[in-house]
Amino acid sequence: MIRKLLTGGVVAGFAAGLLGALLHFAFIQELILLGEEYESGARVHFQAHGEPDDAGMQAGHDHGAHDHSGHDHGGGDGEETSTIVRNGLTVLFTGLIYAGYGLILVAGFALAEHFGRRIGTAEAILWGIAGFVSFQLAPAMGLAPELPGSVAADLGARQAWWLGTVIATAGGIALLAYGRGVVWWVLAGALLAAPHVIGAPHLDEYYGVAPPEVAAEFAARVLGVGLVVWTVLGWLAGSLWQRESA
Amino acid sequence: MKTISTTNAASATGLMSILFVALIGATVLFVAGHAQSATLHDAAHDMRHATGFPCH
Repeated sequence: MIRKLLTGGVVAGFAAGLLGALLHFAFIQELILLGEEYESGARVHFQAHGEPDDAGMQAGHDHGAHDHSGHDHGGGDGEETSTIVRNGLTVLFTGLIYAGYGLILVAGFALAEHFGRRIGTAEAILWGIAGFVSFQLAPAMGLAPELPGSVAADLGARQAWWLGTVIATAGGIALLAYGRGVVWWVLAGALLAAPHVIGAPHLDEYYGVAPPEVAAEFAARVLGVGLVVWTVLGWLAGSLWQRESA
Repeated sequence: MKTISTTNAASATGLMSILFVALIGATVLFVAGHAQSATLHDAAHDMRHATGFPCH
């Protein structure tokens, strides 16, 4: 039982994570690097007097500033190696995080079966989408995916809110889907709403140095990629689950 | 009587396995997504930003 769950979750999760890494490099990484240029000061969005920094936007100036910034993504021989290592770690950790999601997902399938409900592939895809809503979309409504170069509230408080939101949203969706009767649905609504009524921790002012256009595009792409990968994760985990329990 | 207790034992094992697997999954999420040791943070940095974890 344990072996079947572990194998199914890890295989489906890691495979989905590899797709996630592919989409990461197609859509997201360039914006992270761009955000870091604003974070390190290699690019400047607005100068102190509030005018767009025309000179700073010129490619030549950027590269000059970047190379001498001393930032760890700077130029020189080290850049290629560190880029390979950095991107390799991103692939590894994207696989790892989705393996973690995969394990939780198949544990959910097993729990449903324990209570007499077989999860088919179509339902598994819906579970995947529900996972996306719980782990990414609902937390993003309070704490938008952070582009480097944005500034946010205390990390511990944000992590606590993130975790509470994930648990409340997953619980709410589960009650909505499998609860029978008005009381369960009201409880589901309360769970889904609670994190947003409480509100995510935010600073009183905005200190971000990256342009809002880049941050908005980043957040949209993160959520789009997340939806695709979670859907595939649900489908993969569901297919493996079906095959194993047949 | 015997049958019932066997069934209960089997269900209990099943639930324990499920809980164990969910716990491993949660541990992976915590280590890869939330733990703040400098090495882990740097290694997981881009993934954390790209999957909506609070990072810095």
